Amino acid sequence: MAEVRAEMVANVWKVVAAEGETVADGDTLVILESMKMEIPVLAEDAGTLTRLAVAEGDLVQEGDLIAVIE
Amino acid sequence: MFSSVLVANRGEIARRVITTARRLGIRSVAVYSEADADLPYVAEADAAVAIGPAAPASSYLNGPAIIAAAIQAGAQAIHPGYGFLAENPEFAAAVESAGLIWIGPSPESMAQMGDKINARNLMEAAGVPVSAGTREPVADIAAALAAADQIGYPVMVKASAGGGGIGMSAAAGPAELTAAFETARSRAERFFGNPAILLERYVQRARHVEVQILGLPAGGHGGSSPGASADGRVLALGERDCSVQRRHQKVAEETPSPGVGPALRARMLAAAAQAGETVQYIGAGTVEFLVDVSAEDFTFLEMNTRLQVEHPVTELVTGIDLVEQQFLIAAGEPVSFEPGQVASSGHALELRVYAEDSRRFLPSPGLIAEWVEPSGPGVRVDAGYTAGNRVTPFYDPLLAKLCVHGADRAQALERAAAAVDGFVVSGPKTNLQFHAELLASAEFRSGDYDTSLVDRLRGDSGG
Repeated sequence: MAEVRAEMVANVWKVVAAEGETVADGDTLVILESMKMEIPVLAEDAGTLTRLAVAEGDLVQEGDLIAVIE
Repeated sequence: MFSSVLVANRGEIARRVITTARRLGIRSVAVYSEADADLPYVAEADAAVAIGPAAPASSYLNGPAIIAAAIQAGAQAIHPGYGFLAENPEFAAAVESAGLIWIGPSPESMAQMGDKINARNLMEAAGVPVSAGTREPVADIAAALAAADQIGYPVMVKASAGGGGIGMSAAAGPAELTAAFETARSRAERFFGNPAILLERYVQRARHVEVQILGLPAGGHGGSSPGASADGRVLALGERDCSVQRRHQKVAEETPSPGVGPALRARMLAAAAQAGETVQYIGAGTVEFLVDVSAEDFTFLEMNTRLQVEHPVTELVTGIDLVEQQFLIAAGEPVSFEPGQVASSGHALELRVYAEDSRRFLPSPGLIAEWVEPSGPGVRVDAGYTAGNRVTPFYDPLLAKLCVHGADRAQALERAAAAVDGFVVSGPKTNLQFHAELLASAEFRSGDYDTSLVDRLRGDSGG
């Protein structure tokens, strides 16, 4: 199981992947926006996206859970 | 002169404008979003009005709320700073319709220059050099590929309504162009609400050099000082080299440009004044050029119809307060200096201190625990924050501008290195370490650098 967490305080601009989807290492899961910059959050492992913890428009803090891949 | 001004901006630039207002005895009114209530500029203004939630669309981009705040607070004029509504001609026109003074060029000149394709065509017609490129918006990928075949690869893909490097990328061939076009179009729609795209020839070894202009109003307002006659002239107040960039955004600037000799400089200043006169430009503006280092030639890039972020370097070498000139021109009064006798002295640098890490340049919001600004001969810090402030993800990452002036470039570099060393920020990550490396790098120190310098410093060939 791999947990994907936010690297910084940011707004969730786009949710690209969906729960239940099969993802490959390096796939874009969500795109965050912070300080006028878009930051793609990538899968760091291949597997099934069992949990997507954020929705578009959410504000995430550094270290917040974004997704779980199993 | 008007007796009160509202500053429709935040952070360091709001504070910068308030400082000049105070020196001239003009009452200042700040506006702030819910995220910015604790910032220094809010406390330093004579009055402050809350205008909405953190999101820019609800606050600093909310034109009606800003005009209402000006009327409520009894402000007679509005200074837009840079970014947000500063280059929005509809907002400028709404300010004037509300009976307030707009501190900037006419909405007509702003509209003419705001669209990069239109500006390019206008400049070409006026005899200002432009690069090979498209003369109308590129509608789709097929049109982009056809245009690139004509222009010749590599090409630069840009949003016509864009700014700040957003959506901009270079393409070396058809595959890269397809990707670059898609990215540019989606960003152009999202950030600027206008999908128009243009293509231009990409110059490999280029410097980004801009010229500060100041358009004096035509006709006879004021005019008590005989030297500072109001006559419609556009003055060129020297250049700024802005070639130190990451993600097509400026990180450090200097004047004079170490890559521009006297003959090239004279041609660039004349072209910039010509560009301003073509749109009957009034007030402070900046004409940006791309300088082809190997050909010692230049082409028009775009014009910014507002005060530029990096205006302090021009102020340091000329001794002219550009915000003061903006106030005087908006009030219909003569500028404070003799237009024919502007002298430049020494060398100035600006280092943009961003809330981002020094390696990958990724944003790093957070609470500022410690903030110590450097001081010393020739050091000027324009800061938007101080200890105890929280840097939020809603706005750009600029924390402060560290500016230094020296008798020559060597002294300016030496003072800059000491000042970077003396600038202490803890909490958010900053790019101060990057600036220390930049100032120590052989390429920057030599003065012989171009817009790919930062990629080379980071060992990254991609651009």
